[in-house]
Amino acid sequence: MDFGLSEDQLLLEETVRGFLADQVPITRVRELRDEEYPNDRALWQDLAELGVAGILVPEEHGGSALTLLDAALVSQSLGHAVTPAPFLASAVMAPVALRTLGGEETGAWLGAIAGGEAVFGVALTETFSIREGAGVALDGGVLRGKAMMALDALGADHILVAIGDDRLAMIRGDASGLQTNRLTTIDATRCTSELALDGVEPEAVFDGAADAISRMLDAGRIALAADSLGACESMIEQAVAYAQERKQFDRVIGSFQAVKHMCSEMIAELEPARSLLWYAAHSFDALPDEAPLMACHALAHTAEIGREIASVSTQVHGGIGWTDEQNLHFWFKRIGVARHLLGGPEFLRERAAELQGLALAS
Amino acid sequence: MDLEYGERYEAFRKEVRAFLEASKPEEPLAWKDRLAWLSLQIEHGYWARTIPKEYGGYGAEPDLLETVIMDEEFNRAGVARGMMAQGPSMLVPTLLAHGTEEQKRRWIGPTLRGDVMWCQGYSEPGAGSDLASLQTSATEDGDDFVINGQKIWTSTADKSQMIFVLVRTEPDAKKHAGISYILAPMDTPGIEVQPLRTMTGSLGENSFNQVFFSDVRVPKANVVGKRGEGWKIANTTLKHERSSLNANAEGTWLRLKRLMEKETANGVPALASPVYRDRLMRLQARALTMKHHGMRMLTCSLKNESPGVAGLVVKLQNCQLSFDMAALAIDVMGELGVLYEHSKYERELGFWQAYSMFSLGLIIGGGTAQIQKNIISERGLGLPREPKPAKA
Repeated sequence: MDFGLSEDQLLLEETVRGFLADQVPITRVRELRDEEYPNDRALWQDLAELGVAGILVPEEHGGSALTLLDAALVSQSLGHAVTPAPFLASAVMAPVALRTLGGEETGAWLGAIAGGEAVFGVALTETFSIREGAGVALDGGVLRGKAMMALDALGADHILVAIGDDRLAMIRGDASGLQTNRLTTIDATRCTSELALDGVEPEAVFDGAADAISRMLDAGRIALAADSLGACESMIEQAVAYAQERKQFDRVIGSFQAVKHMCSEMIAELEPARSLLWYAAHSFDALPDEAPLMACHALAHTAEIGREIASVSTQVHGGIGWTDEQNLHFWFKRIGVARHLLGGPEFLRERAAELQGLALAS
Repeated sequence: MDLEYGERYEAFRKEVRAFLEASKPEEPLAWKDRLAWLSLQIEHGYWARTIPKEYGGYGAEPDLLETVIMDEEFNRAGVARGMMAQGPSMLVPTLLAHGTEEQKRRWIGPTLRGDVMWCQGYSEPGAGSDLASLQTSATEDGDDFVINGQKIWTSTADKSQMIFVLVRTEPDAKKHAGISYILAPMDTPGIEVQPLRTMTGSLGENSFNQVFFSDVRVPKANVVGKRGEGWKIANTTLKHERSSLNANAEGTWLRLKRLMEKETANGVPALASPVYRDRLMRLQARALTMKHHGMRMLTCSLKNESPGVAGLVVKLQNCQLSFDMAALAIDVMGELGVLYEHSKYERELGFWQAYSMFSLGLIIGGGTAQIQKNIISERGLGLPREPKPAKA
């Protein structure tokens, strides 16, 4: 019985965090937010050399074949540093799909993921939420329609697109007939876009892909929860540090019980949520039957505590926390957007009820 | 990550399960039968397992996983393991750590077998969160101490034969240094018990009391540990109290779910209401969170590692979760949710209202939520203590 992280996992986390602190400080994040493509390719190449891009890719395709818990720790570190990187789509969701689909043709893509030379986006939103009349159909061998809030698709080399809820297509990022329009959100560190497809010829179409889509969503939700948890962790660290240095009424504000209790309430939510996340990530590989439920709960729960932590940690800073210069908003916005990707909390909880046969008709 | 207990422990689990299948008594038990059941558990090593034989225990080496397995299996069988009372959970560990040989031989065995019931005399009307400011005095007189003062929140004082009590023996010492930990028979002349009715009414699980001491003579030999070291000794006990507040959140959640499956309004079960269902799912996430957090805490204990701030938040979170689960149960029963004291139409014998109020008591008792937050921020996050106000 050992419910915790291994030495290797702690080392992985330390390595990634050390790299990010060194190479992508918040000053660099500020520069990247003004770029057309926030997912900086040179940075992604460096992360690939650390083994981040191929973390879930099988060894025969050049990856390190680690578990989703390892990937979650990397995701958490990226959230902690608010790093713009296509980790969620390219290093988690796409390789999980390709691994699940299997077959000869997926091998080359997995190899390209691990090497970091190709970046993959994913467009799955319409499998759980259709707005603005979106949806992609296969019609005479070509794809038509619209996909909303595609992840990491802008500037990607390949994009996995859902057709309905049981087929997947792989398309080239530069395919003719494809328009990728950035959808600007509050969070400049995560790249979301709309795909407009007008007669796009797919590289491959995978029928009977419901299982692959479901595994992608589970893995994506767990990784996204980890990202938010890392961002929450950083916001609490910043709030506690600020409370120890900022003086008012001749005392550091962290000596006031009102401020102390704000900090205690945040950490009291964060630490148990870390345990939930570890279990959810562990279940993905070791207890796959439990993974769909755990993924829903992990992301929904993190979204709920995340909203509170993002708000309260900003309040600890007072007015300065609300300025652009203080940088805190990068974390606030990262958490705010993650809440609504891959299903918001209310949707995820209803899904959790369905999975347990509890969603009775009213 | 390895969630398996391993072969040796699974064999132990089978043993416990077989014992329960063969010997589990039918509830409710008469007191005499309950004591016999306790003794049978000790004989097989499922209660008082790690207490040395010479003090009336089973004498096994401490093994946390064995404890976890015993708790799991007894829970599964729906019977209590041992006895949830302040004697076994708080006094016995304290005596083992600080008692004299004579005290251990005299008290531990009868306490574990349920022959002697104990209550705890710590809080006073003027000493709650600031417990160390307690004023109940013990004055030396020959071979005795003479105790005067008042204790409050004394669970089971009306049913107990003995009390372990914190008294001020050194009035001139600083507040933490003047306290002693002493044992007194409840039938000593001068001890008076007055019941303290709580908000839970007749369905309360605890009987609270006030205990008054007027010139109560207790032999000096009844002091546990050294004179004036009672604060340190009590803190060992309080640690046991906090660790015993480990709610079975998942079990309570399942009970709540079952209620929502069968409780109907306008012919529709509560679970079919999207509003109630969302709340139930929110609580499931929290219950699963605390369950897995418990596994993480267990791992820290197995490795002898301090969980740090992650451990300090457990009581705060679990107590609030219990209260919130009771709140949903009461809400889904609608106008019938308020029925109590065995009213007609009352559900589950008033369990959820009683559980709600009992949980509120736990949020306050054993260190209020606000004191917990001070501890978390100071010991867990390194924030400074609030400065003392300047003397006027």
